[in-house]
Amino acid sequence: MDWQALEVSLKLALATSLTLLPLGLLIAWSLSRREFTGKSLAEALVTLPLVLPPTVLGYFLLQGMSRDSLTGNMFFQLTGESLAFSFTGLWLASLIYSLPFAVQPMLRALEQIPLQMREAAWCSGLSRWQTFRRIELPLAWPGIVTGLMLSFCHTLGEFGVVLMIGGNIAGETRTMSIAIYDSVLAFDSQQALNMSLVLLAVAVVTVTTVYQFNRRPIRV
Amino acid sequence: MLKVRLRQTHPIPLEVDLHCDNGRVLALVGPSGSGKTTVLRAIAGLHQPAEGRVDCQQVCWLDSESQIDQPVQQRRCGLVFQNYALFPHLSVAGNIALAMDNPSENAVQDLLAQVHLAGLAERYPSQLSGGQQQRVALARALAREPGVLLLDEPFSAVDKVTRRKLYLELHRLRRQLSMPVVLVTHDLDEAAMLADEICVIHQGRTLQQGPVDEVLYRPKSLEVARQVDARNLFSGKMVQQDNRLCLSWQGRLLAVDQTAGFKAGDAVHWMLSPAKVLLHQRVRQSRGEQENPLTVQITEMLTLRGITTILMQLDDTSLMLQMDLPEHVASRNQLRPGEQIGVSLLASAIHLMRE
Repeated sequence: MDWQALEVSLKLALATSLTLLPLGLLIAWSLSRREFTGKSLAEALVTLPLVLPPTVLGYFLLQGMSRDSLTGNMFFQLTGESLAFSFTGLWLASLIYSLPFAVQPMLRALEQIPLQMREAAWCSGLSRWQTFRRIELPLAWPGIVTGLMLSFCHTLGEFGVVLMIGGNIAGETRTMSIAIYDSVLAFDSQQALNMSLVLLAVAVVTVTTVYQFNRRPIRV
Repeated sequence: MLKVRLRQTHPIPLEVDLHCDNGRVLALVGPSGSGKTTVLRAIAGLHQPAEGRVDCQQVCWLDSESQIDQPVQQRRCGLVFQNYALFPHLSVAGNIALAMDNPSENAVQDLLAQVHLAGLAERYPSQLSGGQQQRVALARALAREPGVLLLDEPFSAVDKVTRRKLYLELHRLRRQLSMPVVLVTHDLDEAAMLADEICVIHQGRTLQQGPVDEVLYRPKSLEVARQVDARNLFSGKMVQQDNRLCLSWQGRLLAVDQTAGFKAGDAVHWMLSPAKVLLHQRVRQSRGEQENPLTVQITEMLTLRGITTILMQLDDTSLMLQMDLPEHVASRNQLRPGEQIGVSLLASAIHLMRE
């Protein structure tokens, strides 16, 4: 059992899902409540990682993170470190890769709140921020939690993008899915099985929790 | 007092002028899509008209000329939405307290008692009946201590039996309210029952505002008459007869009491409430029978809640007249379809409108 890989995977999944919680909510709120030029393009870009092959996404991200690229070079100038094959690079890639898994449930939940509900809050004297905090957030909460959980699970099982961006550096970018792949290549079936069971268990627990949370009696 | 003037051409045309005094109920009546709800939304600040002015309790909420446009949160406006829009995650008390400036349990309890919901403070909207939900929405609107209470078809989402109960409750409650109340409805009976005044709106234009009887029985134009579903609506011409102005209609001369503003030769529309058509009783005659007598043939009879509506064909024409009679009167006079009867059109009830 590669405990170090498990630690990297959990750290990455946690950092990604917790970053996507406010970021995804902001994007979902903007898409559901605001009208702006290029909204369709923004919606398409948010959904794109869902349909793009991970290797294709990984390739473009790798190009963008290399020191020859503008962004990669800027990051190097600022921090003295390379983005590609680093945990930070992996985290940034995971944010993009898991974005639709966080945004979509949050977007659906916000869209389901009727306009009249917000208008009733405004007529009751609540500001837009108070309306968001006291009306929209509690009503969209199941969708927000679902987005958080799904982005966590999705990052945990990430393989293609990790392989392209992170490579296989132990303790830095070697995640569980990479470790499982390595074990299979090395004919270490027992280790591959153990690690697969751990990932399976985490996935089952998380998804069950999501379903249970969404099924709890909501007074709507 | 509430004073509203709205003008716009898009997205729907609006040409609205209405007012409502404190403690009075104004029913804004019109067919679906006539702009009733848009007017309410504009008063509340949820819709921005191109031009207009809204004053409530001597405070200017909107004045396009002076570029005043108070946000919805600052307009003290109690709005009851058509589907109530209660917050499903909050209890009844939570829904009401949310709209209060200084929420307190006592104030919530007082409001609940006012709308006859005492004891239901801890329930959630999903645990309430349609009628109870409507009362919570009303209490929430009142919790804001509003300068005006706006009711957007508040009875459309409940069944008929509940609706009748709620009519009575609103009627009772309105005596305790000191602010103007604007009730949006497409139901004329509802408007007549609950309002002091009616304002008729059609295609975004307010056509007439006035006391209920005036609008329903003395509409100022054919357009208003059609909107208030006036029955017995005909065309005629004014003629001079023996120093008196009469109405010439289908070769007959009808005496009319209210002819001020009309002169001989004027083409007019006229109407008469079916309740003001007098039946010539078979058992005993009355003096009113001398007034504009007509012979008609009954074609159909419909009875609803004790009132029999009799459809009658005017002899030698295809024109139909309607007469409303108490069911027992129709029965006592043994009225049947196919029978010929005599009726009188009361001169005092004939209402003339310019063509």
